[in-house]
Amino acid sequence: MSSRQEGPIGLVDPPSIGRLISALERRGWLVAGPTVRDGAIVYDRLQSIDDLPRGWTEDQEAGRYRLEHSGDNALFGYNLGPQSWKKYLHPPEVRLLEASRENGLLKILNQAEPLPRYAFLGVRPCELEAIQVLDRVLIGDRFSDPIYEGRRKNLFLIAVNCSRTAPTCFCTSMGTGPRARRGYDLAITEILEGGRHEFLIEAGTAQGAAVLEELHPRKAGPDDSGLAEKLTQRAANQIRRRLDTESLRDLMYANWEHPRWDQVASRCLSCGNCTMVCPTCFCTDVEDTSDVRGERAERWRRWDSCYTLSFSHIHGGSVRWSVKSRYRQWLTHKLASWIEQFGGSGCVGCGRCITWCPVGIDLTEEVRAIRETPARASTRRENRNGEP
Amino acid sequence: MENLEKILSEHPFFDGIGKTYLDILTGCARNVHFEAGAYLGREGEDATSFFLIRKGKVALEIRTPQRPPLVILTLEDGDILGFSWLVPPHLWRFDMRAVGSVRALALDGRCLRGKCEENHDLGYELLKRFAYVVDNRLQATRLQLLDVYAAARA
Amino acid sequence: MEPAPCRVLHVGRETHDTFTLTLEVTPEGRAEFAPGQFSMLYVFGVGELPISISGDPGVPGRLTYTVRVVGRATEALARLRAGDWVGVRGPFGSAWPVEAARGMDVLIVAGGIGIAPLRSVVYHALRNRDAYGRLIILHGARSPKDLLYRADFRHWNRQAETRALTTVDHGDMRWRGRVGVVTTLFRYVRLVPERTIAMLCGPEIMMRYVCAEICGNHRIPPSQIFLTMERNMKCAAGFCGHCQFGPYFICKDGPVFSYEKVKPLLGIHEL
Repeated sequence: MSSRQEGPIGLVDPPSIGRLISALERRGWLVAGPTVRDGAIVYDRLQSIDDLPRGWTEDQEAGRYRLEHSGDNALFGYNLGPQSWKKYLHPPEVRLLEASRENGLLKILNQAEPLPRYAFLGVRPCELEAIQVLDRVLIGDRFSDPIYEGRRKNLFLIAVNCSRTAPTCFCTSMGTGPRARRGYDLAITEILEGGRHEFLIEAGTAQGAAVLEELHPRKAGPDDSGLAEKLTQRAANQIRRRLDTESLRDLMYANWEHPRWDQVASRCLSCGNCTMVCPTCFCTDVEDTSDVRGERAERWRRWDSCYTLSFSHIHGGSVRWSVKSRYRQWLTHKLASWIEQFGGSGCVGCGRCITWCPVGIDLTEEVRAIRETPARASTRRENRNGEP
Repeated sequence: MENLEKILSEHPFFDGIGKTYLDILTGCARNVHFEAGAYLGREGEDATSFFLIRKGKVALEIRTPQRPPLVILTLEDGDILGFSWLVPPHLWRFDMRAVGSVRALALDGRCLRGKCEENHDLGYELLKRFAYVVDNRLQATRLQLLDVYAAARA
Repeated sequence: MEPAPCRVLHVGRETHDTFTLTLEVTPEGRAEFAPGQFSMLYVFGVGELPISISGDPGVPGRLTYTVRVVGRATEALARLRAGDWVGVRGPFGSAWPVEAARGMDVLIVAGGIGIAPLRSVVYHALRNRDAYGRLIILHGARSPKDLLYRADFRHWNRQAETRALTTVDHGDMRWRGRVGVVTTLFRYVRLVPERTIAMLCGPEIMMRYVCAEICGNHRIPPSQIFLTMERNMKCAAGFCGHCQFGPYFICKDGPVFSYEKVKPLLGIHEL
């Protein structure tokens, strides 16, 4: 496992994580990270180490999420809450345009607002990968989304490797975790073993190394690195959920008409939760408004979901009028057409869509069902069953 | 007569049908002419023939109460008009109105029905060609039924 | 990407529910377009709409659109008068293969408002008449009162090696033209498969019928047939996700596609 980013490595004690927050703030970053609110781990502004979810963990399964006491002082003893970092990089609601009309003349008002400089503390390896996926979607060779690109450019990323996993995790199938290999400024592994509570911090960039130096870390030896590696390996070994990615795109493309879609559609509520919690779902809608005098108008962009009927609306009706076609669109896009569009899968294996599905639909299960009964064979079997 | 044979043999509908059958068909054909507004046949009348339009436009119409007739299809130069002569009860299902002056060949359906019964090879040749026309008409009717350019229903 | 304000030069009524809008492009805007491309037109406070450009690509500084009134935003567009302003983004999207069509017979098949983006091709072909073979334009509309660009059709029929045929799905006693769906027009044209490039625009069902006709009965290979796909478009840059059609974003990979490319997808329901 030598493919990780090479850079300075050091060990720090728990209070140093608080000093890390201060150091980043001093350097002008707005620090965002995990905190406990409304019975969940959410991402919010961090001002001190006390904002971190010390001593909390989660109980997650398909359709289930509960906060629990971990019984230790781990700062990062949880896995993933419902939110992902896209809420900062690709805001749920953003004004695209402000326009005025005076004496019939249309003016587009440029509202160059200062872009926030975020430091994300506590980015899980799968989420780090999700940010890379969004990069490929929203920063393109032909078009780039200035809202995303501006926020992304100024980002300071602190990954936290996973020493434990949730039953909904399947990052090992997607090759995205539980250890961060690239794309971070700093990567933290929380070591909580045999009375020892320390953080191994690896710098991935020059600005990361500068911040690390400010913490005056203790020198980390090969044993420390080995232990960190062992902890994440242990987490990897815990993972039970699997998504077989072998020829996954071809599998999905060969099964547009698979009977399993009807089966899942009978359970799916078409609520769109999976798209809201997904760290890579990027779809948006726009809304135009004007003041009563008709002198000023605004145009807002909001997250949208391919599970709504209006999503595929064209003159005369919606293209995807059945729940079946909408679930199929979401999953086929995520696992297959995304590869053609952006050169890689849209799924990072975080498992949020499984946890937050109100009826516990599990995409790994759906893919397995499709793989195990290819469309044509299953149709033949139905025919056979139909015979007297 | 030779003129009729030439017209029939050059028409794509009879392409490759062979001299023997062409003679039979020519024997059943005659030139006809209709002034604008004249009817080539009316709904409910005996369908005694079919037409090969040489020049002009014919409208197939359905009459409805309280409104002017509805034009379902227009046929023109080179088109085959009518297959009711072939299918019982051998009655026209539409009014066939000449939009302008129309010149056509009329082929005697009663005569041809007899010949087809006597000679099934001839019957097959004709049926195959008419099946193609009927299929095209059916597909077009289905598309027409969809009313694809209509404004969306609220 | 922000809309460039452009001034309305002219609004002309076409039929009972369509009108043509001509804009003067301001320096912030882009007037150059390739036939088949579309713009996002912003009506102050009402919304933004993807509208195909229906004008002559050889006339500089102008953008022309033919719009059918189908909802709130198109109604707002229809209320515009000369001197008003609209915001314009674009042009966006893929174009008709006017370069690949050089030396070929160009077959244009349009249904309803689908004639609008294809009119730019006709303008282009007539402006470069020697570069193309025969120009065959087949147009189907719902009824006589829905026929667009009647003067253009008369003009086109007077051009060398050009045939422009129209038909309507539903006729009446006063109508002296053809009645029958657009596929019935193929009886009146002779197509040479190896020398024909076809461009189709209209409702998806109509294009599927036309493809069956020209591939099946006229032996034109799918690689020589081009059509436009319609899906919900909001951003025109592939970011909003609405216009996906299988792996394609209609806004940036389309709207013009070769039939060969989209043929397998056209058979999938609710894609």
